[in-house]
Amino acid sequence: MSLSGKDKSVVRSFWEKISPRASDIGGEALGRMLTAYPQTKTYFSHWSDLSASSAQVKKHGATIMAAVGEAVDKIDDLVGGLSKLSELHAYKLRVDPANFKILSHNIALVVAMYFPGDFTPEVHLSFDKFLQNVGLALSERYR
Amino acid sequence: MVVWTDFERSTIENIFSKINYEVVGPAAISRCLIVYPWTQRYFGGFGNLYNAAAIIDNPKVAAHGLVVLKGLELAQKNMDNIKATFADLSKLHSEKLLVDPDNFKLLTDCLAIVVAAELGEDFTAEVHAVFQKFLAVVVASLRKQYY
Repeated sequence: MSLSGKDKSVVRSFWEKISPRASDIGGEALGRMLTAYPQTKTYFSHWSDLSASSAQVKKHGATIMAAVGEAVDKIDDLVGGLSKLSELHAYKLRVDPANFKILSHNIALVVAMYFPGDFTPEVHLSFDKFLQNVGLALSERYR
Repeated sequence: MVVWTDFERSTIENIFSKINYEVVGPAAISRCLIVYPWTQRYFGGFGNLYNAAAIIDNPKVAAHGLVVLKGLELAQKNMDNIKATFADLSKLHSEKLLVDPDNFKLLTDCLAIVVAAELGEDFTAEVHAVFQKFLAVVVASLRKQYY
């Protein structure tokens, strides 16, 4: 399910719209993932506060969303562009790639909450494809 | 046995009392058919599903969205026994409709997104978590009779 030219332009223009709130979106999405999918908490046992309102969670969510923004810039070569991040997730963090889908769902949900009028089904389609491809690129170095 | 706290029960009841069925049902199912187009395989008799606009305007899709939401309301009214309540529905989906049960998750993901957009700030992380638990129980119950 690779990205068509249309998908890329939809994602780029949608990202321009939502990027001013990227940090909020990321923090909120990560917080919701930890709250609604508690099995994901296992990756963050080194944090003292795993609640949705935690400062650690909000900060890390912002970091993640900034990386998503970088991925938008590298949308023509996600595997190449995300190669360092893939190594990090593969060798150091060892996050099971199934979790990328869970986080992607939460990102889409928060985006729908913040931008209900703009997150039409067609935008959702391209954005979902993009996030799936980001997840695949992140999994690239796993084995 | 699924155990529900008082907070969880009232949260689910609240969600169902706040959402507009006529909007949420059709929106969830049409979003699923658009974002995950292979799900269209189950709706061959629904007429024009050619593009997003056609799906959104399709009256059969809208009507079916309402049917699905009424089914979920049935689960909400029988929260202590969703598995038994949905036994016949599960058989229907597995033996007659022949729906791959992985599709249930696709639809509930779209439903969560539509409900989140509809409720906005009221759809807090805590409410979201409860709704996710409810949907997971619904999906498990629908999968139950498959084997």
